[in-house]
Amino acid sequence: MSSSMAPLTPSSASFGQSGTVVRSSPFRRLLKNPMGLIALTVLIVMVLLAVFAPLLAPFDENFANISNTLASPDSTNILGTDSAGRDVWSRLLYGAQLTLLSALLCAAVAIAIGLPSGLIAGYYGGAFDATSNWVVSILMSLPGLIVLLAIRAAFGPSVWIAMLFFGILISPGYFRLTRSAVQSVRNELYVDAARVAGLSDSAIIGRHVFSVVRAPIIIQTAAVCGIAIAVQSGLEFLGLGDPSKATWGVMLNEGFKNVYLNSQLLLWPALAIGLTIGALVLLGNAVRDALEDSDQVREVKALDDAESANTAAAMGATSGVGDLHHAAPKPRTRASKEPPQVEEGTEHHLIKVSHLGVGYPQPDGTVKRVVDDVSFHVDRGEILGIVGESGSGKSQTAFSILGLLPESARIVAGSIQFDGSYTVAPSDDLVDQRRLASLRGKRISYIPQEPMSNLDPAFTVGYQLVTPMIRVLGISKAEAKERALKLLADVGIPHPERTFAAYPHEISGGMAQRVLIAGAISCEPDLIIADEPTTALDVTVQAEVLDLLRELQSRLNIGVILVTHNFGVVADLCDRVVVMQNGRLVEEGTVREILRTPEHPYTRTLLASMLEGKEPMTMLTAQTAPASGRGDQKEGLR
Amino acid sequence: MVEGRNRFSTTSATESTLWSTRMFSFILKRLFSGIVVLLTVSALTFFLLYFAGGSIARNIVGDQASPEQVAAKEVELGLDQPLIARFASWLTSAATGDLGRSWFTSEPVAQALSSRIPVTMVMVVTAMLLIGILAALLGVAAAVKRGPIDRAVQVSAIIGDSIPGFVIGIVLVTLLAIQLKLFPATSTIAPGVGVDAWILSLALPVLALVLNGVAGGAQQIRSAVIKQLERDYVRTLRSRGISENEILFKHVLRSAAPAGLTVLSLQLIGMLGGVVIIEAIFALPGIGPLAVSSTSQGDLPVVMGVVIYTVAVVIVVNLVVDVINGWLNPKVRVS
Repeated sequence: MSSSMAPLTPSSASFGQSGTVVRSSPFRRLLKNPMGLIALTVLIVMVLLAVFAPLLAPFDENFANISNTLASPDSTNILGTDSAGRDVWSRLLYGAQLTLLSALLCAAVAIAIGLPSGLIAGYYGGAFDATSNWVVSILMSLPGLIVLLAIRAAFGPSVWIAMLFFGILISPGYFRLTRSAVQSVRNELYVDAARVAGLSDSAIIGRHVFSVVRAPIIIQTAAVCGIAIAVQSGLEFLGLGDPSKATWGVMLNEGFKNVYLNSQLLLWPALAIGLTIGALVLLGNAVRDALEDSDQVREVKALDDAESANTAAAMGATSGVGDLHHAAPKPRTRASKEPPQVEEGTEHHLIKVSHLGVGYPQPDGTVKRVVDDVSFHVDRGEILGIVGESGSGKSQTAFSILGLLPESARIVAGSIQFDGSYTVAPSDDLVDQRRLASLRGKRISYIPQEPMSNLDPAFTVGYQLVTPMIRVLGISKAEAKERALKLLADVGIPHPERTFAAYPHEISGGMAQRVLIAGAISCEPDLIIADEPTTALDVTVQAEVLDLLRELQSRLNIGVILVTHNFGVVADLCDRVVVMQNGRLVEEGTVREILRTPEHPYTRTLLASMLEGKEPMTMLTAQTAPASGRGDQKEGLR
Repeated sequence: MVEGRNRFSTTSATESTLWSTRMFSFILKRLFSGIVVLLTVSALTFFLLYFAGGSIARNIVGDQASPEQVAAKEVELGLDQPLIARFASWLTSAATGDLGRSWFTSEPVAQALSSRIPVTMVMVVTAMLLIGILAALLGVAAAVKRGPIDRAVQVSAIIGDSIPGFVIGIVLVTLLAIQLKLFPATSTIAPGVGVDAWILSLALPVLALVLNGVAGGAQQIRSAVIKQLERDYVRTLRSRGISENEILFKHVLRSAAPAGLTVLSLQLIGMLGGVVIIEAIFALPGIGPLAVSSTSQGDLPVVMGVVIYTVAVVIVVNLVVDVINGWLNPKVRVS
């Protein structure tokens, strides 16, 4: 085994490196993004053309040379003339002026309505919130163009009036994003602190809320301007525009009337519209990307809990996975069909993790290591605790055993063997899903941390218990139902029939966790991996669930890996403990050793903070069997 | 949570009656709020159109008419009545299905609408079905497979967002109909023509609508599916030994469906406006030309008819989507 292992110490060079990724400002990142740069350039050119239209345009927008209609481009009319002999280039420039300005009016109206109302609704809630939501739902279900047609009938063909009303129609977008941003900020601690410090509501809104909604509003405004130009040109294309003003839509209408005579008249305004809207859409996307990048760097720093791992997964999907091989300590290949034999003399371990390293390839080519050189083993009938703070890599270690790491995660070192054969051979860089598929649910099972989010809300509890048994054990539906009811009774659910028929939202969190435990033992596994199984529960329920786990474990003689940050739970339940910090294993030993004589300073800190200096529990000092942690010694605990 | 347990039904029979009673009252509630919306919108439109006011009678009888003729026309149309009385009389006859007559052509509005709605609806429904199917396939494939399909969907969504639907229509009609003459540039739909005429006339307009919406729809369905794939319960299902296919088709798609349907219903609402321009481009005898001519003339009864029809379609679509979502999501069913 050890001969096939890569030297591990140098590999830690890449560990933690990505945390130092240089964070540039979103604006600079926007300019670095070619899409963003192109979009900005196109928009700036458009704006400049519009601003300097009076200087650049050789003719007045409505100057008609009737002797020279539908002319081809020449030195006087560089883009030719339309059916009334007006200069296309001049009209295009003046059209840019009116089109862009009226689109800005639309955005301004929408912001003027949506932003303050969203702020008030989000910050104060109440009747105003309810009323404005009702109005918003009506506005959003109105087809904009039809409403604008009615407005046209009432107020005439002015593009300003059309865009003013369209601004009202489209204001719900701003309302919604402001409202939800404010709601999420309102209950943040720093806003509470500001309130306690005596800041007025308006000062709080000004300081904290605007900084949150600023970026989404820029993105939204880019989109709104694009939509406004599209809608306005659409209206004018229908012939409902003001014929005395040159806009791109009016030109499109004029071009379409003469499409059989000169299709170039159609080309130029269509190109201007397409370019401008395209640039606005690209700009919006680029701003979003630039902002998301900075969020990701921030989140990667706490890459232990599943949520940030998912962010990493999303990130990994966009970055080259192949980068890993340049930065990884040694080249690791995909899982071969026939895994090598495990090292002799280790077959009897139920699970054995050797020098495991888990990493996430970063966009800059390095690998962010979240688990580094972790080794431990669990035997039948034994409970191993993995203790550490969030960010210590304990959940990532558990998910590597289950083969449920996020897609972008890579095994960068080490191996995992289950019951005498590799699930991750020393040369693999991914968990072999084929090998694990035959183990998961059947021999290795999982109890998650958060009970409510781990049941599918659309299916009954019964369905979610019965289906795995049918699939894994190959038993009939009736038989599976019978077993499920018995399991529910076993885990202490008072009315198994009722819970069986209930949907997840109809049962309490404690009940849901019992259901998940029932699911974990339903196919009689050899190893259960419990990821903080009591953290989300009330204190009284916690104790019951721990009792249940201990009882089931000793009755079924299974191995358990208990991932937790709580030494109280460890003292209550475990035989042996490994302590993890920053992805590394810092201490390992029996529960008694670790609780009585912790050697590593980190363990001492953890213990001090979690046990508040109390002596280890009396049960442990009196009854726990000595260290080796074999299943047959479990009797001592009971 | 706790009170939820009191609502448990032990047998499936009582559960399904409960569910249908709840659904029935839910539909009634939504219908009622739909009627409120319809009333609000028609009142707003009516009052807005009031501003168009004065010159309408003059426009109808023509420049040569005497002031007496104009005044007589105003009395005939009820324009001398106060606003509230006019709206009340419109509303009472609208409630019986009589939407009045066009001020300019004297054609009954209901008849004008019913002869044109089929053209528009055939187009919208076909385009929506195609968008729904294609967007769902592409979106799910992009979410699950990632890689090239995913990038293609994202890029085409950006392109689709960048080009207004009617510009796509103009390009199609210029290239395929006018230059290459593969399709008729204007509609051949008339009373009594065969299915082939409908297909030929509607192919390009439907294509324009589909091209405009499909990538954006696919991208939003993609994010709905990805959001579900990242949910905790998916990992737990994997840990229970359920196959990837079963997780995707039974669990993930079911949970992503409400978001997907909402995306598609919003697209349909947008399409009711977009189709007006498409009909103008392809000279189709749908609602569009009626809407355009009536709004440019200020033909109040026809404008009101078009608005009522559109809002009614929107209300029905939203109701159908809500009912399907309620059926898919047991949480909505109970509350």
